Amino acid sequence: MLINSIFFINHSGDIFLEKHWRSIVSRSVCDQFFDAQTKAPTPEDVPPIITTNKNYLISIYREKIYLVAVTQMEVQPLFVIEFMHRVMDTFTEYFDECTESAIKDNIIVVYQLLEEMLDNGFPLATELNILTELIKPPTIINKAVSMVTGKEGVSSVLPGSQLSNVPWRRQGVKYANNEAYFDCIEDVDAIIDASGTVVSAEIHGNINCNVHLSGMPDLSMSFINPRLLDDVSFHPCVRLKRWENEKILSFVPPDGCFVLMSYHISTQNQVAIPVYVRAMINFKDGMGKVDITVGPKQTLGKTVDNVVITVPMPKEVTGCSMTTSVGTYTFDPVSKQLRWDIGKIQPLKVPTMRGSCTLPAGAQCKDAHPTIHVDFKIMQLAVSGLKVNRLDMFNENYKPFKGVKYITKAGNFQVRT
Amino acid sequence: MMTGKMSDSKYFNTQKKGEIYELKAELNSDKKEKKKEAVKKVIASMTVGKDVSALFTDVTMCMQTDNLELKKLVYLYLINYAKTQPDLAILAVNTFVKDCEDPNPLIRALAVRTMGCIRVEKITEYLCEPLRKCLKDEDPYVRKTAAVCVAKLHDISAARVEDQGFLETLGELLCDSNPMVVANAVAAISEILDTNPNAAKQVNIDTPTVNKLLTALNECTEWGQIFILDSLNNYSPRDEKECISICERITPRLAHANAAVVLSAVKVLMKLMDQIANSEFVQMLQKKLAPPLVTLLSAEAEIQYVALRNINLVVQKRPDILKHEIKAFFVKYNDPIYVKLEKLDIMIRLAAQSNIAQVLAELKEYATEVDVDFVRKAVRAIGRCAIKVEPSAEKCVTTLLELIQTKVNYVVQEAIVVIKDIFRKYPNKYETIISTLCENLDSLDEPEARAAMIWIVGEYAERIDNADEILQSFLDGFHDENTQVQLQLLTAIVKLFLKKPQETQELVQKVLSLATQDSDNPDLRDRGYIYWRLLSTDPAAAKEVVLAEKPLISEETDLIEPTLLDELICHISSLASVYHKPPAAFVEGRVPVRKIQVNRNAEGAAEADHHIEEDDRTYSEVEETGAPQQEVGGGDLLIGDLLSLDYPAPTPAAQPVNNNTYQQQPVADLLGDIFGGMDLGGGAAAVAAPTSSPMDLFSLSAPTNYVAPQQVVLPAARAKGLEVSATFARRNKGIFMDLTLANKTMMGMSGFAVQFNKNSFGLAPGAPLSVNCPVLPNVSASTSLPIVTTGPVMKMEPLLKVQIAIKNDIDVFYFECVVPAYVLFVEEGSMERNLFPQMWREIPDEKEKQFSLPFTNKTQEQVEQSLTANNVFVVATRQGGDGEHLIYTSVKFTNGIWVLGELRLAAGAAPTLALKTQTVAAISEVHSAICTILAN
Repeated sequence: MLINSIFFINHSGDIFLEKHWRSIVSRSVCDQFFDAQTKAPTPEDVPPIITTNKNYLISIYREKIYLVAVTQMEVQPLFVIEFMHRVMDTFTEYFDECTESAIKDNIIVVYQLLEEMLDNGFPLATELNILTELIKPPTIINKAVSMVTGKEGVSSVLPGSQLSNVPWRRQGVKYANNEAYFDCIEDVDAIIDASGTVVSAEIHGNINCNVHLSGMPDLSMSFINPRLLDDVSFHPCVRLKRWENEKILSFVPPDGCFVLMSYHISTQNQVAIPVYVRAMINFKDGMGKVDITVGPKQTLGKTVDNVVITVPMPKEVTGCSMTTSVGTYTFDPVSKQLRWDIGKIQPLKVPTMRGSCTLPAGAQCKDAHPTIHVDFKIMQLAVSGLKVNRLDMFNENYKPFKGVKYITKAGNFQVRT
Repeated sequence: MMTGKMSDSKYFNTQKKGEIYELKAELNSDKKEKKKEAVKKVIASMTVGKDVSALFTDVTMCMQTDNLELKKLVYLYLINYAKTQPDLAILAVNTFVKDCEDPNPLIRALAVRTMGCIRVEKITEYLCEPLRKCLKDEDPYVRKTAAVCVAKLHDISAARVEDQGFLETLGELLCDSNPMVVANAVAAISEILDTNPNAAKQVNIDTPTVNKLLTALNECTEWGQIFILDSLNNYSPRDEKECISICERITPRLAHANAAVVLSAVKVLMKLMDQIANSEFVQMLQKKLAPPLVTLLSAEAEIQYVALRNINLVVQKRPDILKHEIKAFFVKYNDPIYVKLEKLDIMIRLAAQSNIAQVLAELKEYATEVDVDFVRKAVRAIGRCAIKVEPSAEKCVTTLLELIQTKVNYVVQEAIVVIKDIFRKYPNKYETIISTLCENLDSLDEPEARAAMIWIVGEYAERIDNADEILQSFLDGFHDENTQVQLQLLTAIVKLFLKKPQETQELVQKVLSLATQDSDNPDLRDRGYIYWRLLSTDPAAAKEVVLAEKPLISEETDLIEPTLLDELICHISSLASVYHKPPAAFVEGRVPVRKIQVNRNAEGAAEADHHIEEDDRTYSEVEETGAPQQEVGGGDLLIGDLLSLDYPAPTPAAQPVNNNTYQQQPVADLLGDIFGGMDLGGGAAAVAAPTSSPMDLFSLSAPTNYVAPQQVVLPAARAKGLEVSATFARRNKGIFMDLTLANKTMMGMSGFAVQFNKNSFGLAPGAPLSVNCPVLPNVSASTSLPIVTTGPVMKMEPLLKVQIAIKNDIDVFYFECVVPAYVLFVEEGSMERNLFPQMWREIPDEKEKQFSLPFTNKTQEQVEQSLTANNVFVVATRQGGDGEHLIYTSVKFTNGIWVLGELRLAAGAAPTLALKTQTVAAISEVHSAICTILAN
């Protein structure tokens, strides 16, 4: 018994769904979780592992919902956390979103899914493709079909892939157009200090795939510069040994969308920083002064798009009045966020924003120095330099359409002031 | 995917009266659709915690259907309510049994799975046959479901699982052709073993099985991989070659997308790495471990947290792995607070000369953030960097001073606390900043900061002109202060007095009287008396004690103790690794004694943090320095005079003892005892009257318990010239292994270390082996190794056998010892008189054994004495007929096993002994222990 029960708890602290895989655990077990929730300054700050007299409460927070798992023995917390994230992923796939109302609207499917995913606390079927075969997602078409034919949403045959060596792929897939798209998306995480020096920078890359290929295709992908990738994690479909020996990604892909590989290029290597931000924010004599300039840096000639600057102002600030050379700004007096929407950075027009913030009389926040959050997107560039060399398909005879796309985005990109 | 308009929330709209009645009618409807809708409504009510158990019969009626969805829904309901309606649940059994024969494997599996979930003892009777069939089913899906069902059954009725031989069947499934079946069998077995360690006999994980598991590892689901990796953790490879091959087969798992798989692989690798001597391979492994650990830090915050707690252990065990990755631990402003605090901890552990500039810049940045806890920890971290990385100390101190200038109250206080530690580490280096510190006196309102400041004033009294004024100002509110501050103030004023006796006589009198007469706190009063006594009897000694040079504080104060760390490394990825405590310390149902010991360890580790109680140390130092110097200077004479004039030395009768809770003994006796033990010589010795007081604070051994003479356990011929003789003894409530290491070679030996294999009582070295190295040729070194009982447990044959490895710079050698049972008898083994007969009766007679002992010429009294001295406690005695003496004894082992005994002594005849215990295996050990005790 790994997971005894899971409670679904909303923002205001109500349990709106509970599922027990063993004996029923009283709701009062969550009391200590609620205590921690009340104490936490923000919802994200609730500690993920709480011990009570007899139980351990392991929780995750996602989409404004807490999932709290109750267990009574020495378990692997990561196992429980990973599983709960998987539950949320599955719900998101089934219902398009994973909010409280979505769960309530589909309570029976939710219950059936939970029962199918965990047996006696052991994971049973967590692969989406198996689940969708066992329990039909509540789409309009499925509903219509079941109304007309009287067939219900639960399959009465064992999904073929449940036990196959490739549980992630269902059998007998057929497409008129065989296509495989690969999006290589890199997130740049960086901390840059007030003087513009890079404190730390790293790249998190994902290769997201959208594959519609008939039959059982066996793909292999190679890179021009696989040496960049010393820290990778793969979808279970990737043959790990082959990668170890030849640095070739060899796999039978799942049908549809999935993340083939994620990789991490760490702070030890030089990471190119695509934008620069010069910021002056200080608070003196009852008012704040803001002066921010943004520009492209190492972009290999590509345009920087979707640029957004967010400044979390100290809570004393009551208003902001800015002038911008490019884009528009807003100030949310509730969250105290100053948001500057720049959009595309044109080569000849340097975006600047200057202005002042108002403080109530007598308020002091001399020591405040907000950390600026930067968002951007650069198409057709993998900032790490990663490039796919070729993609081959074996085991099937048709000629598929293959496409590779590169995108660089800001991840957790922070500039201190 | 779009959500249709027809949502399930309609099932909730049945709140009106008579709801149950309506549902009942619908459930009994002839229409299939209506029935299904009704069951859905019932389930919906159930999910939100409404009681719909009244509908049990009606819902069960719907079970016999061809409609799979309906069947599943009914099963859901059954699982939930069968416990409250066991009699009705039996009615459903027939359908289950029938379904287990269904041609559709999905239905067979569903039936056996659901049956196992109905946690009703009665139903298990009917479950066994279908389960047996399903375990051998031709369809692997059914087999894998059945494997989990064995674990369910075991939880309801362990006996039935053993009787029916399901464990063996489960063991066979480990070699199943389908990897998913293997994974589930592994999972089920580990769950059963967790609650019932005895089952291990029936499930043997040997080398061929491990090979099968490693093959299955490549092909099964991610969750299965976790179970398999976990079970590999319990396997000890035969040799290094096997170790390396297992490592090689596991390393690819480090690239898995599932964080739990990665961390499980890390655990196995970290454990196996210890057994590999090939340094090249270890280096290579260490290199491979770094990237996946760093990657975990880009996952969800909850995963980061668990990863960080584990990385903390990895970094302590093998600092090299992440030494270049410190930037990955830099804090982002939107990290949740629990992640921030953990990252900070690891940053300090990784701080080294090469990266200290960056680390300090970061820490300074953090010290100006908003979150108070985080800021405090950051300030503290700066202090720890100063202590850890010596060349950076200057820079750290400057940074701290800058922070003090911010005048943010809690920053200032935290800074002062760490500056105290920096002073301890680098005496006479940074005292110029004292004046800056003194400027902030008024803003200190936290006990720890006040105590730290007082310590600084006392320690450097001679450099602070107005030290007496400062301390006087603290003294005015003495009674309102926290104990910590009071103790520190007492010590500081005594220091000041010893440094500047002329001006501060009044002050010291005042603090001594406040501490000894007006305080309810025993610690404070005792410390007060000690100083008082010391000052009045031998001022020179007082100076020696109070102003003694303090040992330097160590670099890392909160490192986990090595044996505990090794144990925790074996538990990486589990809850134990998050709490940094072994599972025995918090999981219920483990051996209780281990629990206590482990807690002590954990507390010890916590206390070691930062806190330097100087007085504890000064005692031990005095012991080393021996008799104090006799040359008494003028100032000292004055001190002695002052005290003898104004204060008659306190005598036992004169000093009122106004507490009843702490000790009944007269104070002077206690003092006398302490000093007697310390052997201060001179004045103190005159006062001391070391009687047989129960508070034997300093004497090391209780003389009467039996210790066997050392025997050669490892002859020189077998160990390349190292001869080891050993014996086991019980001293000071602990177990010690007394060792003599004789060097029979022509070269010096060094680098000694010792390790125990798993054994029945979890014996393990409690400290590293301390030998004065090198041991020269033809010289023997004696040492005493403390032994703890918190090591890994495995039953041995014979019970008390321990396999030991001893290492020196030549090689590693292995030998076996049999630990005498009497060292395992704990001091708490005296059973209460009224409990004894009750327990004696409770133990069935077949668990009793009779022995006749060799003839002894000891009197009854002598027998009782030698038994008690060896922790075989006499509970009661009785006169039998024919001049017989009956002695009832109790013994408690370190793992909590009780053994009761009845010893008959008759004049002129050999004594007889009857022993009774729930754990029969212990009887013969207790018997031989008692024989040994009586014979010596």
